[in-house]
Amino acid sequence: MKNEQKRKDRGRIGEFTIETILRFFAGISILTTIAIVWTLFSETIIFFKEVSITEFFTGTKWTPTLEPRHFGILPLFVGTMMIAIGASIIALPFGLGSAIYLSEYAPKRVRKIIKPLLEILAGIPSIVYGFFALTFITPILQKFLPQTQVFNAASASIAVGIMIIPMVASLSEDAMMAIPDSIRQGAYALGSTKFEVATKVIVPAALSGIGSAFVLAVSRAIGETMIVAIAAGQSPVLTFNPLKSIQTMTGFMVNISLGDIQHGTIEYKTVFAVGAMLFVITFVMNIIAKMIVNRYREEY
Amino acid sequence: MEVRTEQNIYKQKKSRNIRIRKAKNIIFYSIILGATGFGILVLGLLLYQILKTGLAWLSIDFIMNMPSRFPQKAGIKSALAGSIWVISLTALFSFPLGVGTALYLEEYSQKGTWLNKLLQLNISNLAGVPSIVYGMLGLAVFVKMLQFERSILSGALTLTLLILPVIIVASQEAIRSVPETLKQGSFALGVTKWQTITGVVLPYALPGILTGSILAISRAMGEAAPLIMVGAAGYVAFLPSSPLDSFTVLPIQIFNWTSRPQEEFKNIAAAGIIVLMALLLFANGAAVMLRNKYQNRMD
Repeated sequence: MKNEQKRKDRGRIGEFTIETILRFFAGISILTTIAIVWTLFSETIIFFKEVSITEFFTGTKWTPTLEPRHFGILPLFVGTMMIAIGASIIALPFGLGSAIYLSEYAPKRVRKIIKPLLEILAGIPSIVYGFFALTFITPILQKFLPQTQVFNAASASIAVGIMIIPMVASLSEDAMMAIPDSIRQGAYALGSTKFEVATKVIVPAALSGIGSAFVLAVSRAIGETMIVAIAAGQSPVLTFNPLKSIQTMTGFMVNISLGDIQHGTIEYKTVFAVGAMLFVITFVMNIIAKMIVNRYREEY
Repeated sequence: MEVRTEQNIYKQKKSRNIRIRKAKNIIFYSIILGATGFGILVLGLLLYQILKTGLAWLSIDFIMNMPSRFPQKAGIKSALAGSIWVISLTALFSFPLGVGTALYLEEYSQKGTWLNKLLQLNISNLAGVPSIVYGMLGLAVFVKMLQFERSILSGALTLTLLILPVIIVASQEAIRSVPETLKQGSFALGVTKWQTITGVVLPYALPGILTGSILAISRAMGEAAPLIMVGAAGYVAFLPSSPLDSFTVLPIQIFNWTSRPQEEFKNIAAAGIIVLMALLLFANGAAVMLRNKYQNRMD
């Protein structure tokens, strides 16, 4: 009897220990968030003791490593936005088109072939897209528009756009597939063509999912690093010409880190300030994506 | 001779209307078919471009040589070793952490409580954080604060945090798919929760967990940006022998070669990409095979 009791107790302690360990594991994800916010913002606060906030947000010159130092982030911000807009122009129509095709038109057999192909496209490392942009897209651009520079925003943004097509496609398709078939059948029963069902019934009904897919994809484009580091250039100048060399926020961070940055220098703090801004932008966009889904979701 | 009665005119109008609508449908169909084809066309072009540029430079020497200033002599030995080190450690850290967190969320924590909701929200937000930001976290915490320096360990820990949300979400889905009846049956035999988890839940969920984890780890294999932030070097001419050694990985070596102006280096960059993509293909193939093998056994 005594032994059995002992065994039971040991069992209970074991169960309790395991639950505690698992809870600790789960806590690591919270710690990660806290650590991200803390590291980014503690360095950023020190950064703003040395650089005025007004200069940072409104200055048009970015030369943090060269004397005279200027810390206007606008050139980097505009560069990032150019990449994001260019990528959207590619990814949104192609991604949405693929999603409508896969969800409404494609026969099962074709779907089975195309979906894995799109997954391969999504699984290709961004460094490979960067290589592709520099050695394939840029030469084509230069052929048609000879004034294109070797490093340019257009080529990088096309590559980023291609990279996020599968993301737009699969998230939008999920939203369309979630619409009950009865709604589709109802529209067909009224004599609609597939085109009418897709554009007047399915897309409007899935709009919240599609919208949030777009926002998430753009957020991903803003955070994309290696493509722009390879193909977009390293010139933080304020320009709106996509055929010129630019620098994005992420491109700057990589570029500085390739050198040996010492803890406590202004370069080190600058990287964290830019990183904090990048984090805030993508975080806000991810929240917006979630709000779109929650707010405009049609319940069936 | 057809009589142009009102009815006939109506019929003609109607058929014209239908024809236009059908034509619209066909035009739309061609457009979206083209849109879908575009992605696949680009995939083909990309593979062609890389094979065309790099295949001639791929050789045993290329895999067995250290990097060099001369493209003819340069190889990826140290980068390949670094990648294997980093990825092995990342897998070692991230798999138990990810599966453990998923188990906690699905089997232990009460659904709908604030803690569960907070964890869930937090994980989905972490999944959207750009990878370079994880690099900054790694730089501040692992490299500087914990003094791991620019080592394999710092890199692997950084990548672990990066892919953790992906593994957690995939494992959660797999664990959720375990039928309640199986669990109840196990409990009815009088076994404890943990015994149910190891004896029933995990074996059933394993294919899903493994597939998700392998995909996440292969994503880590292609990451360069966070490792550049934690200070992986561009040029390493020795093989790392402990987790505290400095290192480089394949994607960074490729980046380094791509950034050089000489054409030859672009060629060996392409050869490096072929090796990287072959590794990824191997990992994904393994994931698919594992899934198929275990799925058959379970069904």
